[in-house]
Amino acid sequence: MNPNNYLVLSALLFSIGAIGVVLRRNAIVVFMCVELMLNAANLAFVTFARLLGNLDGQVVAFFTMVVAACEVVVGLAIIVTIFRSRRSASVDDANLLKY
Amino acid sequence: MEATHALASGTSSLLVWLIALPALGATILLLAGRRSDKWGHLLATGLSGASFVVGVVELFKMLSRDGESRGVAQHLFTWINAGSFRVEAGLLLDQLSICFVLLITGVGTLIHVYSIAYMEHDHDRRRFFSYLNLFIAAMLLLVLGDSFLNLYVGWEGVGLASYLLIGFWNQKPAYATAAKKAFVVNRIGDMGLSFAIMIAFTAFGTVSFQGVADHAGPDHKQVMTWMGLALLLAAAGKSAQFPLQSWLGDAMAGPTPVSALIHAATMVTAGVYLITRSNFVFDSAPTAQLMVVIVGVVTLLFGALIGTAKDDIKKALAASTMSQIGYMVLAAGLGPAGYAFAIMHLLTHGFFKASMFLGAGSVMHGMNDEVDMRKFGRLRVAMPITYLTFGLGYLAIIGVPPFSGFFSKDKIIEAAFNAGGARGWIIGLAALLGAAITAFYMTRVMVMTFFGQKRWADDAHPHESPKLMTAPIIILSVGSIAAGALFAFGSSLQQWLEPVVARGFVEGEPALPPIIVSIMALVAVALGVALAYVKYVRVPVEAVAPANVSIWTRFARRDLLQDAFNEAVFMRPGQYLTRALSFFDRKVVDGAVNGTGALFGGLSVRVRRVQTGYVRTYALLILFGAALVLAAMLAARI
Repeated sequence: MNPNNYLVLSALLFSIGAIGVVLRRNAIVVFMCVELMLNAANLAFVTFARLLGNLDGQVVAFFTMVVAACEVVVGLAIIVTIFRSRRSASVDDANLLKY
Repeated sequence: MEATHALASGTSSLLVWLIALPALGATILLLAGRRSDKWGHLLATGLSGASFVVGVVELFKMLSRDGESRGVAQHLFTWINAGSFRVEAGLLLDQLSICFVLLITGVGTLIHVYSIAYMEHDHDRRRFFSYLNLFIAAMLLLVLGDSFLNLYVGWEGVGLASYLLIGFWNQKPAYATAAKKAFVVNRIGDMGLSFAIMIAFTAFGTVSFQGVADHAGPDHKQVMTWMGLALLLAAAGKSAQFPLQSWLGDAMAGPTPVSALIHAATMVTAGVYLITRSNFVFDSAPTAQLMVVIVGVVTLLFGALIGTAKDDIKKALAASTMSQIGYMVLAAGLGPAGYAFAIMHLLTHGFFKASMFLGAGSVMHGMNDEVDMRKFGRLRVAMPITYLTFGLGYLAIIGVPPFSGFFSKDKIIEAAFNAGGARGWIIGLAALLGAAITAFYMTRVMVMTFFGQKRWADDAHPHESPKLMTAPIIILSVGSIAAGALFAFGSSLQQWLEPVVARGFVEGEPALPPIIVSIMALVAVALGVALAYVKYVRVPVEAVAPANVSIWTRFARRDLLQDAFNEAVFMRPGQYLTRALSFFDRKVVDGAVNGTGALFGGLSVRVRRVQTGYVRTYALLILFGAALVLAAMLAARI
């Protein structure tokens, strides 16, 4: 199968994720979009690893997964805490930290 | 001048005690404070007297040696040692300094004794005595220093003592201002002295008298001229000579013993000492010498004219001091022919002017501190001793033979005529005119104070002063009778000073026979006295100064507009300059600094608006940023 297809898919996923992060208000959805972007990056890494015939990209993909897992743990905890105190999961409502 | 001639040939370990004793007194009294109130004045007087005794011992030791080897030195320590530049703290006592040492400690001790009674009711008498001792120590350092830099230390010391004593009653703002004025004007003169020291250091690499004297001669004419002019500025400041004379009249704000000691007998003559001590500089610089003569002539007339219009007895005497120092400076400007006469007049003046000032103090003591002579009159009845001693001082200052002023002033007038040519005639006649005016204003002082009708205030009960006050005046009067004849007889002072100030000098043929000059001087004096007789004895003196007087009297009353001139030319422009500079500092310098701050402050207010608090905005910015970086990297690759 043509590796270009994987790369196109990766680009598509990344773009969808990025647009989601910028456009959506719900923190959970934004979060999922971030995950989408990470996975798109993982796909690109793995594809290039296959393409170039070495394991570096696959190793980086594992690292990304580990980091993503940690991020989920911390991020979800923050979102839940904010929801508990403000009764809202909208990222636009949490705008107190500004100039 | 012999370049190899040494100022001092021997050493003496006693010299330091001359200065140390009064310095010790000042230190003890200042540190002990109120605890020494009871005995402070006795300690100060005793130490000043002890210093006088040391001076007399040194005089006898000096007399036991012959002419060329009379000077002695004492090395104290190396003060500055920087590469090739060394300044030794050393003392030098030669024929010139010993005159001053005896004058300062002798008259100084008498005035200490006088002050015990004069200041008896003053709460701060101890402080007064500590300042007097400080002055004696500083003045002795001034005349004993063996280099310009050592002299400078004493020079500043007497300036400080003078400031402290003029402003001794500084609870009165006018007195404090007078002290400040004296200090500021003196500072201009001090600048001259520091310039002279810098010139000596730059040109010769040494600041000692001996070192500079070794370079004297026509080879260094230009350097010596500049140095001489700088020294003249210094002398003018300290000795109240034109154009820096304005402070002396106001300095009379100090207690009268201070006026007698510092502002008549000793400190104000420091300028004459400086010129005489630096004779090697002036002898190599005829231009500077001419300037010295001009300053002397101008001041002697200036002071005499001011003296004719003053009703304040102390200010009249101060104007007279200015004028008499003008005579000394004139004599010092005449070179080797005049130095000895300058010193002779300085010493006789020290006696008679101190006695007159103390007499004025005695009058004030008896008249509730009144100084206006228009409120005196007929005091000879109430104060016979003061009247007699003041009268002797009066005869001495106007130059009646055989009193001391006759000998010293006559010699100066003679030397002035001998200066040669038209110059000799001009300064000679100016000196004669000065003598006539001196006779006029001193007769006026005498008549207004001791003769005529009583013009006393209702509550005045004039009485003779206590013995502690009259005794010093009597001793000084004896000096003012005898000193002149003693110094002039057989030219004794001239020969005494010759190794220091006039080595190898041969007197030329006099322009006029001395007897003619003496007769002319006496005629001038008689004219002055006669005029004063007509104006102040024939016509009764008014108790209030007449208001409708000629414009000249008004000028003289206002010190010939010296203060107005200083204010218009120096003070006001100075104020404008400082105001302009302070405006520049506030607007331009501070403006640049504050403007920069305000600029970045304002900018940051706008830039921080980017921090909206909306996470999605940040995300978008990050996205754009990343895209930008990517685009840049791609662009770089292509």
